[in-house]
Amino acid sequence: MTTTTFEVEAKSGLWRKIVSALPYVALSISIIPILVGYYWVIIATFSYRTEGLFPVDANGNIGGFTLQNWQFLLDPQIWRVTLNSFLIAIGMVIGVGFLSTLTGYALSRMNFRGRKGFLGLTLVLHAFRPELLLIAIFQVLLFIAGIPLLGKVFGFNTVGGVALVMVALELPLGIWLMKGFFDNLSWDMERAALIDGASRFRVWWEIILPQVKPGLAALAIFNFIAGWNAYLIPFTFTIGAKVSNLSVYLNQFSGDTSPTGWNQVAAVGLFQLLPILIFFIFTQETLLSIYGGGAKGGT
Amino acid sequence: MKVELVNLTKRWGDVVGADGINLTIEHGEFVAFLGPSGCGKTTTLLMVAGIYKPTAGEILFDGKVVNAVPPKDRNIGMVFQSYALYPHMTVFQNISYPLKLKKVPKEEMQKRVQRVADMMGIGHLLDRKPAQLSGGQQQRVALGRALVKEPQLLLFDEPLSNLDARLRLSMRSEIKRLQIDLGITSIYVTHDQVEAMTMADRVAVMKDGKLQAFSPPDELYERPKTLFVAGFVGNPPMNFFDVEVVIENGEYHARGVGIDLVVPAERGEKAVGRGKVIMGVRPEHVSLADEGASGVINIVEPLGRDDLIDVRIGETDVQLLVEPGLGLRIGDHVKLHFDTENVQFFDPDTEKSLLW
Ligand SMILES: Nc1ncnc2c1ncn2[C@@H]1O[C@H](COP(=O)(O)OP(=O)(O)OP(=O)(O)O)[C@@H](O)[C@H]1O
Ligand SMILES: [Mg+2]
Repeated sequence: MTTTTFEVEAKSGLWRKIVSALPYVALSISIIPILVGYYWVIIATFSYRTEGLFPVDANGNIGGFTLQNWQFLLDPQIWRVTLNSFLIAIGMVIGVGFLSTLTGYALSRMNFRGRKGFLGLTLVLHAFRPELLLIAIFQVLLFIAGIPLLGKVFGFNTVGGVALVMVALELPLGIWLMKGFFDNLSWDMERAALIDGASRFRVWWEIILPQVKPGLAALAIFNFIAGWNAYLIPFTFTIGAKVSNLSVYLNQFSGDTSPTGWNQVAAVGLFQLLPILIFFIFTQETLLSIYGGGAKGGT
Repeated sequence: MKVELVNLTKRWGDVVGADGINLTIEHGEFVAFLGPSGCGKTTTLLMVAGIYKPTAGEILFDGKVVNAVPPKDRNIGMVFQSYALYPHMTVFQNISYPLKLKKVPKEEMQKRVQRVADMMGIGHLLDRKPAQLSGGQQQRVALGRALVKEPQLLLFDEPLSNLDARLRLSMRSEIKRLQIDLGITSIYVTHDQVEAMTMADRVAVMKDGKLQAFSPPDELYERPKTLFVAGFVGNPPMNFFDVEVVIENGEYHARGVGIDLVVPAERGEKAVGRGKVIMGVRPEHVSLADEGASGVINIVEPLGRDDLIDVRIGETDVQLLVEPGLGLRIGDHVKLHFDTENVQFFDPDTEKSLLW
């Protein structure tokens, strides 16, 4: 009697272990292609050439490690375009963050004429593909370029102009996102603060903003990545290395005239990826808490 | 502070929040706003607080119209049902926030917060965040935050309805004691009539945005001015019958389907000769008897100290309380005695009392 029960228990224990391990097995298998991809990129950047997944030298023997792919770091131009990428990313973080927080709050809390229409319009605007707008944007940027002072910062063929366009394209989504976060906040907290003696602005700054911090952080991260990786807009509206950015710079390695230097492309790509990887490693806990109900409770 | 509401009205398009409210609250008085959900209690309170702008009418503090005064300059404290604590601030920061906004010096702020917190029994929790407190403790923090700036008017919006029954009971007496000690004029919104009746000096009963009655609790109970007030105040609620009052042999009789009661002359004479009227009798004035109106038991509901039974007489259901353990069952035939000394009469069309 007893032994059989034990056996059954042992069996079901084992069975349970197998079942609980299944998700990990499935996840591990499905992640292999991605890991292999990363592995190749890293190997490729340090080798002369690759054959399959192995680095090889000029004669096709395994080996051939080299730093020549990273030589682009010595080119002052890389630092120029990196700075530009960074400026576009930061411009988007600040621009979209600031404007969508204010607009989202107003749309969530205030009732004014044309509110509904405005909400609908932003949604429609977001549906427009930026490709469709390129010519129109080009005209606008040319016009801005004609304005003294402002034209030097935000006109055609300036980093500011690229950031301006990117911010404008990203705003509808940002506004809707922030409006959603504000909609979830109780009105009572605001009323309490008003009665406690705060001005409207202080209520927004001291009481409301801290509640949507996780949302704002998410928005900032997405915008940083979008700005950092921007390609279409800077490629279209800038000419020459002075104002171009990393993605555009990367593209010139796979130009039409010379054969693509894949190992070098991998190196520049990895270089472009590094800040984002580092960023993720340090912020993954915050990032995850956004989805784990970080906006609530607020400990 | 004396508070006057003159013809106070709030509308959103077709939706009526408050409709022509007129009442005066004396200095130091504790007034409860009582009414069913959606009757406009919160709306009225938020207008007094300055959060909602009245569509029409005036609010006067000590004789001065304050319609245009922003909330921060009204010197009021408010406690919300949801507590409305600031989750990112500690208890100390929560309570001290009104003082910080008033630019009270650090040292004095420290002292005042500590005093209020000790008074509320949360002096040891000042470093916690609201999420680390129980519901009762959060409510005390909210109360402390409202009290710390020593307001001249305290507003409560169902502050206890999220607490469990026992805590509600003790907080109720605590708030009442505090209000008496501090003597601050208070408006207390609730849909719990026991809360309103036990705490308030006067109760304002509201329905559909309109003020139905405004009087001390006992008067509300004994001399309800409208059918709604009579039915809303009191638990279990008053029983109503359709009757006609007639004089026979010099006595006033209230007659309806299945009942014929002799009523006191001074009450009966106000209802006589009006055709159909509505008669109200409170459950405590109905009892089981050997003689009287006969009916059939519909429902037996044990309440612990009493059993609530529901007896069908003619077309009306009559509720009364009986001592438990009588072995009554659904379907039993019983006879009821009505103590008519306190009967009420209402006009069925206007629903106004014929007596008061
Ligand atoms: N901001 C608003 N916009 C439109 N209608 C509103 C608004 N606030 C309240 N109302 C309406 O006004 C009426 C009164 O609402 P109010 O919140 O004052 O009720 P209440 O007596 O406090 O009810 P409860 O006991 O449920 O809190 C309701 O019909 C409500 O739908
Ligand atoms: Mg309410």
